[in-house]
Amino acid sequence: MNKTRTSGRTIGGLRTLSLQAPAVSLLFLWMIVPLAMTVWFSLQRYNLLMPGMTGFAGLENYEYLFTDPALWSAMGTTLLMVGWVLVITVVGGTLLAVLFQQEFMGQGIARVLAISPFFVMPTVSALVWKNMMMHPANGVLSWVAELFGLPAVDWFSSLPLTSIVIIVAWQWLPFALLILLTAMQSLDEDQVEAARMDGAGPIAIFFFITLPHLKRAISVVIMIEMIFLLTIFAEIFVTTSGGPGLATTNLAYLIYIRALLDFDVGLASAGGVIAIILANIVAIFLVRMVAKNLES
Amino acid sequence: MATLQLKHITKSFGETDVIKGVDLEVKDREFVVFVGPSGCGKSTLMRMIAGLESATSGDILIDGQRMNEVGPADRGLAMVFQSYALYPHMTVEDNMGFSMRLAGVPKEKRREKVLEAARILELEPLLDRKPKALSGGQRQRVAIGRAIVRNPSIFLFDEPLSNLDAALRVQMRIELARLHEELDATMIYVTHDQIEAMTMADKIVVLQGGEIEQVGSPMELYHHPRNRFVAGFIGSPKMNFLPVEVVEADAKGVSVTLPGGGVSKVAVDSQGQRAGDALELGIRPEHLVLDDDQGPLTGEIQVLERLGGQTSLYVQMDDLMVTIMADGDVTHRVHDQVRFGFAPGRAHLFDAEGLALPSLEQHPLAGLRRQDSRASDAVGQ
Amino acid sequence: MTTARTKSLSGAAVPGVQRSPLTDALLNRRLWLTVLGWTVAVLIFFPIFWMVLTGFKTETEAIAEPSLIFSPTLESYAEVQQRAGYAKFALNSVVVAFGSTLLALLIAIPAAYSMAFLPTRRTKGTLLWMLSTKMLPPVGVLVPIYLLFRDTGLLDTRTGLIIVYTLMNLPIVVWMLYTFFKDMPKDILEAGRMDGASTLQEVLYLLLPLTLPGIASTGLLSVILSWNEAFWSLNLTSSNAAPLTAYIASFSSPEGLFWAKLSAASTMAIAPILVFGWLTQKQMVRGLTFGAVK
Repeated sequence: MNKTRTSGRTIGGLRTLSLQAPAVSLLFLWMIVPLAMTVWFSLQRYNLLMPGMTGFAGLENYEYLFTDPALWSAMGTTLLMVGWVLVITVVGGTLLAVLFQQEFMGQGIARVLAISPFFVMPTVSALVWKNMMMHPANGVLSWVAELFGLPAVDWFSSLPLTSIVIIVAWQWLPFALLILLTAMQSLDEDQVEAARMDGAGPIAIFFFITLPHLKRAISVVIMIEMIFLLTIFAEIFVTTSGGPGLATTNLAYLIYIRALLDFDVGLASAGGVIAIILANIVAIFLVRMVAKNLES
Repeated sequence: MATLQLKHITKSFGETDVIKGVDLEVKDREFVVFVGPSGCGKSTLMRMIAGLESATSGDILIDGQRMNEVGPADRGLAMVFQSYALYPHMTVEDNMGFSMRLAGVPKEKRREKVLEAARILELEPLLDRKPKALSGGQRQRVAIGRAIVRNPSIFLFDEPLSNLDAALRVQMRIELARLHEELDATMIYVTHDQIEAMTMADKIVVLQGGEIEQVGSPMELYHHPRNRFVAGFIGSPKMNFLPVEVVEADAKGVSVTLPGGGVSKVAVDSQGQRAGDALELGIRPEHLVLDDDQGPLTGEIQVLERLGGQTSLYVQMDDLMVTIMADGDVTHRVHDQVRFGFAPGRAHLFDAEGLALPSLEQHPLAGLRRQDSRASDAVGQ
Repeated sequence: MTTARTKSLSGAAVPGVQRSPLTDALLNRRLWLTVLGWTVAVLIFFPIFWMVLTGFKTETEAIAEPSLIFSPTLESYAEVQQRAGYAKFALNSVVVAFGSTLLALLIAIPAAYSMAFLPTRRTKGTLLWMLSTKMLPPVGVLVPIYLLFRDTGLLDTRTGLIIVYTLMNLPIVVWMLYTFFKDMPKDILEAGRMDGASTLQEVLYLLLPLTLPGIASTGLLSVILSWNEAFWSLNLTSSNAAPLTAYIASFSSPEGLFWAKLSAASTMAIAPILVFGWLTQKQMVRGLTFGAVK
């Protein structure tokens, strides 16, 4: 006769569980199973090319890894890549956000153009830059250099790391711009006007009002970029394959080499664990920041 | 028949007790107003009646049937929300017909009922509009129309006028009163505005801190407040409170010493109060009478507000500020000394716990319902 | 200082009135901003622009000295379609991106609903935990996923990729839907409940229609992230299920002249996503920063 359904609140417990169950359980599996396997493999002597040799290896893989100069080179390369991209995107992004916050003609369209690179797939970005922009003979950059009487640069031969940094920074600068621009829009105009009446010029306003307001957004941008830049892959895969030598091999690419090229599952897994730990360190801070935002 | 009974209702959110034990009876076709300061629990109480919140303990009976476990739609109620809660993506007609659509009522019948309600509320020309194309007053009428269509036994109104501007509010008050008469339905109305309560209610329920302070008709609450809270809450401008001391008590009332030395009699039952007891005297601004010859109270006018038909005087008595509502034509000026007093039957005395000493005489209007045209209904609560 | 004057002076030239030096300075500022803004925008956008242009050149023209003057041709587009079946890769991208988005939405909507409307003490923790799974670097689990897929026959299948992408995007999809559901005024749903709506009816008749824009931008973000994903798509597929990311990657070891074809293929590959991105700029920020920036 009458369906007796009281307010949803009271049934909270069971119903909430069943509605969230698919999402939670799937993500749980997705996280736990591969994670556990990676840790397990990292403790095994497991090489796909030598199926006979298996067995518990303890921390052997880690020992080998930490004494492998390739690992340290990769960590250094990772640090350089992430560091440079961060600097370029955050500084550039902040300045551009200030610029695009201003009113000028056709501002809307200009903004759309400026954020476009973020939506281009990494393989396209990398190949377009490598070939049509940076090609030492026929690329646009060398044509421009010639225009100014400067020698053409063979980007990928002489400056492979820089080239990768340029490509990745080009893709992520719009990300920083988009985020910071959004954050800027919550800046209270009244504050700026009050500062102006106090006699502050544009530079003072930037340093004393704009920047502090953006502090939070900037740290979010830094943390998110760190998490994703740690595993730059496609751009390297498609341009230098980690070379010349190990010049552009970051941690992610090194793991890839060990796993799918050397087929050394044990070693690659150990590398994977290291990558996970590094990412988690940053993740803890980011999660804390998101949690703070959830409060409000 | 549409009656409501609340039997010892409590509500707790975790550790906090929001409703601490409410007993109430609402009779058929009564217009009951829940009033109180914010946080008193009036909205929570209404939501529990509606079924949107569950009661922690106690019984909710509608027409004698226990409804605690019954869902909101099956209790035979309809609610008008404070924000109107109209469905933004549906037209006025669809908004009003939604409940019927859910119940599977065929389209023609739906349209019929919607037109009926629309006629009562003068919404016919607006049926094809969406809520965002309506003014605040129109939206409110659609919300009411949505409730009417459901043909409920009890209408619930959750602060429906608080989002309207002052002029509209007055107009809607009249319309709601008229609606009550036309629909002849039981209505429960929540507001924080005591003027709305006074003008619209058959019965007012004053709430504070999750408890009922007093239930009664508007006039009863005005003339015979049961405690200091109700006395200070009902009536605008607010009642004045003066600290007094008992001199003597007899069958005609209690004599008290007023601030400043004067003595006056108050027509209340002494209830065992003795000479020397400290009490509080309550007297409404409109009941203070200017009497330059014999007034037992005196003070200096600090502020004088002429409203034309009335004049508000803010009078400083030593360390006490008193408000007097005088006639519009008084000739006093700021900084004048005035003397004033009151009739014994108009003042109230409150003991140390804030309880009122009962009046010796019931005010003739105190038992009156807002509509006194129903001879068959019982008068009072 | 100039802002105050911007408000009082329209900046338009008034005939017959002599322009004061202040007006000149004012116009100048806006002018400089316009020049600077557009220069930056054009510089940033240039590689994309150049790529689109090159797609309409012939191969010989493509590697010739960079020039804006050429006779546009669809030759390269035709070649890309014929050779190696561009269409197949495009189809893979479409199927995988939309498939994973649909699946993610189906799983996420109930979860987001319960988190937004039936919150418990654990809700916040669950949400944060979900977000943290997104912060796991894919390379860290490359090995087990690869081996798992190999052993279960999911390598080089669209299904396999869909599964990975669904799980990869689920946290963001749940998160974004949660914020959109929370934005919806609760009393509209309560009014529905008083009108007799069951939970399902509440969702179908009230919640979904009113949060549709939010759901759409969430879906678009998921499509964008899946379409552009270039780690799993490169490592878990080869010939059957390879989406466009992998197809483009094949141009890294090309035979002969390929710039025009690369450009044509790339233009087609990124065009839809560019448009999606332009449409959902504002809402994307929510999802991209896990709500840490509003």
